[in-house]
Amino acid sequence: MKAGVAFTGVPSKEELKNAPGIPSRERLEKGPVAVVECFQVIPCNPCMSACPFGAISMKEFPSLPHLDGEKCIGCGLCIPACPGLAIFVIDKTCSHSEALISFPYEFLPIPEVGMEVDAVNRNGEVVTRGKVVRIKNDRRNDHTVVVTISVPKEWADEVRFISMKSIKG
Amino acid sequence: MEITEIAVVGGGPAGLSASIEAARAGAKVVLIDENARPGGQLFKQIHKFFGSKEHYSGIRGYDIGRRLLNEAEECGARVLLNTAVYGIFDGNVLGLVSENRSSFLKAENIILATGASENPLAFPGWTLPGVMGAGAAQTMINVWRVLPGNRALIVGSGNVGLIVAYQILQAGASVAAIVEAAPRIGGYGVHAAKIRRMGIPILVSHTVKEAFGDGKVEGATIVQLDEEWKPIPGTESTMEVDLICVAVGLEPRSELAWLAGCDFAYIPQLGGLTPIHDENMETSVPGLFVAGDVAGVEEASTAMEEGRLAGIAAARDLGYMDGGKFEKMKLDINQRLRALRSGPFGSPRFEAKQRLLGMGRR
Repeated sequence: MKAGVAFTGVPSKEELKNAPGIPSRERLEKGPVAVVECFQVIPCNPCMSACPFGAISMKEFPSLPHLDGEKCIGCGLCIPACPGLAIFVIDKTCSHSEALISFPYEFLPIPEVGMEVDAVNRNGEVVTRGKVVRIKNDRRNDHTVVVTISVPKEWADEVRFISMKSIKG
Repeated sequence: MEITEIAVVGGGPAGLSASIEAARAGAKVVLIDENARPGGQLFKQIHKFFGSKEHYSGIRGYDIGRRLLNEAEECGARVLLNTAVYGIFDGNVLGLVSENRSSFLKAENIILATGASENPLAFPGWTLPGVMGAGAAQTMINVWRVLPGNRALIVGSGNVGLIVAYQILQAGASVAAIVEAAPRIGGYGVHAAKIRRMGIPILVSHTVKEAFGDGKVEGATIVQLDEEWKPIPGTESTMEVDLICVAVGLEPRSELAWLAGCDFAYIPQLGGLTPIHDENMETSVPGLFVAGDVAGVEEASTAMEEGRLAGIAAARDLGYMDGGKFEKMKLDINQRLRALRSGPFGSPRFEAKQRLLGMGRR
């Protein structure tokens, strides 16, 4: 079977490598940064206007969003702005062994800080355990909650969501 | 018989936008909708819309619906609810029926904004309760707060299938799988990705073979398809589901345009037989305009823009706008439409629309 979002719904290695919204490996090691997993050109640009630092740009409209890793501070304001729920913030510098993964979440119940959860990859497979460290749900989020979990650092490039089963108990 | 200047049939995103613009231009507008409240399908769209700022991007569909309703109230259009248009007669006369009473409404210009209807898919067991259009399931869940099943199979991976699968999950039910007969996912990759990370399989080159159950859906058999879309024997698998959502496209809801004698063209990219219209959304029948999905199935953002265009064009035709203002607004609308019809998903619709416009030029 062919790989890639258009065939499986899961981005291929090439797509992840070539997407202009995904920061470089070096930038990811330096501190929190947005990871824009947008692989198809659709006429859409709220991520651009959501960024107060001008870190997300487009060559023309429409085109794929380009992330400037130097300008991005990893604030995460772009996460709830993306209608495609395709933006994450990864922080590999929070501790020696842990990384923080922030992702958009539009379900009930909303997980609570301190909760232990199963962390899943882009395929929905449980790959490791994680712990909820932050919940952001301002009026500006308009019901797209930003959940931040900590996971063992080696899973930072894989984990993108949590298992609903592990929240519902 | 009541007489108005502009009658708009259908109060979804296109009809509301058309009414707002025509009334703002000064025309006397009557908007007719068969439902208890206007908004069309906007109030079941609980997701954030794509686009850029001028297309209401990042705003959830129901909030866009509320904005349009407020604007429609402010602009002074008269709204007839619970009123169906059953016919269209010579001289731009609409036959209306409301609470078992019929009446006629004559308008100088009519804008049809009747939307689209879901395509059915026939397979053994498709008449069992529990098999329904994905849009119907979405209406039950998001408008009426009724869960139509506990575990669903989704047939079709266009944006409707993907979005409804996600919203079934949000409503607390589960999704066994999404099957797609084509070799690739039809809708946006971002919609597919958010379902995949919840562990829901999307099976391309697969379709539903049959639904079975005692008086209601209790399960379904799916099968893999070869390159010629023929079932591959031995690849059948069975799953326990009580809901099968059919999301295999929409077609323009064009009965009134047929009754009026509009010329049609068969444009597969726009959902099939589509009334031919010109750059002002006017059909081959003078004084009869179309906007939104009835003028070729697209999505809500383009429907709003086409509605605006039909609204100003119908008003301008009655002398309500000076030429300069009209041309400026039309140019802006067309630029926004061009943006919405770009990229790998939008371009085929742009080209299809160009063909339709080519036929409509007189």
